[in-house]
Amino acid sequence: MQMRAVYAEELGRLLERDPKIVLLDADLGKASGTLGLRSRFPDRIFDCGIAEQNMASIAAGLASYGFKPWIESFAPFASRRICDQIAISICYPGMNVKIVGTDPGISAELNGGTHMSMEDIGVLRSIPGIVIFEPVDEVQLRAAMPALDAYEGPVYVRLVRAEQPAVFGEGYEFELFRADKLREGSDLTICVSGLLTRDCLDAAAELTREGISCELLNLHTLKPLDREAVVASARKTGAVLTVENHNILGGLHAAVLEALALERVPVWAVGVEDRFGEVGKLPYLRKALGLSKEDILAGIRRALQLKVEN
Amino acid sequence: MEVDQLQTDLKAMAREVRCDVISSIAHLGIGHIGGCLSAVELLTVLYFEAMRIDPKDPQMPGRDRFICSKGHAGPTVYAALANRGYFGKEVLLTLNQGGTKLPSHCNMRLTPGIDMTTGSLGQGFSCAVGAALGAKLAKDGARIYTLVGDGECQEGQIWEAAMFAAAKELDNLIGFVDCNRLQIDGPVAEVNDVAPLDQKWAAFGWHVIDVRRGNDVEAVSDAVKRAKANLGTGKPTMVLLHTTKGCGMKWAEDLGAANHNTAVPADVAEAAIRALREEV
Repeated sequence: MQMRAVYAEELGRLLERDPKIVLLDADLGKASGTLGLRSRFPDRIFDCGIAEQNMASIAAGLASYGFKPWIESFAPFASRRICDQIAISICYPGMNVKIVGTDPGISAELNGGTHMSMEDIGVLRSIPGIVIFEPVDEVQLRAAMPALDAYEGPVYVRLVRAEQPAVFGEGYEFELFRADKLREGSDLTICVSGLLTRDCLDAAAELTREGISCELLNLHTLKPLDREAVVASARKTGAVLTVENHNILGGLHAAVLEALALERVPVWAVGVEDRFGEVGKLPYLRKALGLSKEDILAGIRRALQLKVEN
Repeated sequence: MEVDQLQTDLKAMAREVRCDVISSIAHLGIGHIGGCLSAVELLTVLYFEAMRIDPKDPQMPGRDRFICSKGHAGPTVYAALANRGYFGKEVLLTLNQGGTKLPSHCNMRLTPGIDMTTGSLGQGFSCAVGAALGAKLAKDGARIYTLVGDGECQEGQIWEAAMFAAAKELDNLIGFVDCNRLQIDGPVAEVNDVAPLDQKWAAFGWHVIDVRRGNDVEAVSDAVKRAKANLGTGKPTMVLLHTTKGCGMKWAEDLGAANHNTAVPADVAEAAIRALREEV
């Protein structure tokens, strides 16, 4: 199932349950998958037109009135475009607004460089009080939606719209502020969130044939980071690789480095190397921007080499 | 109360609020004196006549709300709130001092009676539109009042919100433009002219009320009453208040654009307050 359809279905459940929930979008209801909700909740869904700044501040106004707004747009327009509105209208007064940014990083594919947020995590992470969450698959997103609703405060959700390969299975228990350990290992820790998680699992599985034991942490919540989980794993394995669909500067890699600043553990990065995106389909973009499974495998080997040299 | 008596009282209260604005800013010796003084009459009319509020219960459900999008006029809102009984007038002297509940720009988490955090220009106006939408959804009959600066109308977000408010027929929203004709770098008309504001707001689907004497409580009071009567028309109302930046403090008026955020010497402030009191 497409992630946007899962999001819309779960949001529909929340809208049904709680009359305080409202949804605003900026001419992207169709793209976000929520167009179908409008006929069910005509009084609580508002299309602001192509005016994201206004949408963000209107959401703050509604939140000041006790409503629980969700706003949605493509990731760059739900983050860097409305950065000041998120900071001043929403986060500074601690408004309970959920911000959904769709198709982050290279998942913007054919919309190209203008629509490819390589910086949304970095831009938002330095704003006090915001939570940043990036789901991996359908199971995790479904589990997260009620938790996001229950959390009273601003949250940015980094949502890929397309169907994603399954990572989590039945019985998965989601905790917003706790990282998920997808794999126990002893040689190296891989820290990942979102789009590239499945590839990290596959890469780790491949390397068992060579006797390499990777631990895999899914840091679905990038802020606040589960520092305890990261530090404990890094101490155990002695080497870390971060993998992200985002600029290496300011994103997951930076967050993990901050958590490990006092640890004597080498940390290597697979991510976008401080450049803008470009147009193309995912297989091309993953190669062009250094986010392929081969890049992840090479990154693991590099981190292990650094561990030996350390 | 007789109408004439009420107007006299409003005038006296405006004088009191103006004195408090001057003394609170002069206590620290610096502040946004010009844009605070141009808004005194409006804030007086709103808090002492127009708004359905309860100083004993600042969070009263269904209350009318005022959102000061030109957040730097915070000291005028504080002076009105203190005189209305939201907190003691002695608190006004803590303005902008470390640890105060009265920061230069309005903060809803710090000050009783403040319903929105503002200061990044253009945003508070959108927030007011959101609150007006919230009042419609809640069906609580509340009116939302909001004040923007004429220079603030240079922000694109103002017009995004203007369009949305008209499209959603938010006739419970009453906006005011403090047309004091000055911004930090000089006359608004020279920096980046926003004129003709009446035609712009009308073109965006708003009722427009033009008040030539925006620092006259009677004229402001009359305009607010007319704006309130627009409820049910399906259109929001914008009141253009033609004001004087630094109004009622000759020293500040004479500074012109330089009065936006300036040092205010104690002796100048004392003289201004004395002159205002002698008017009585």
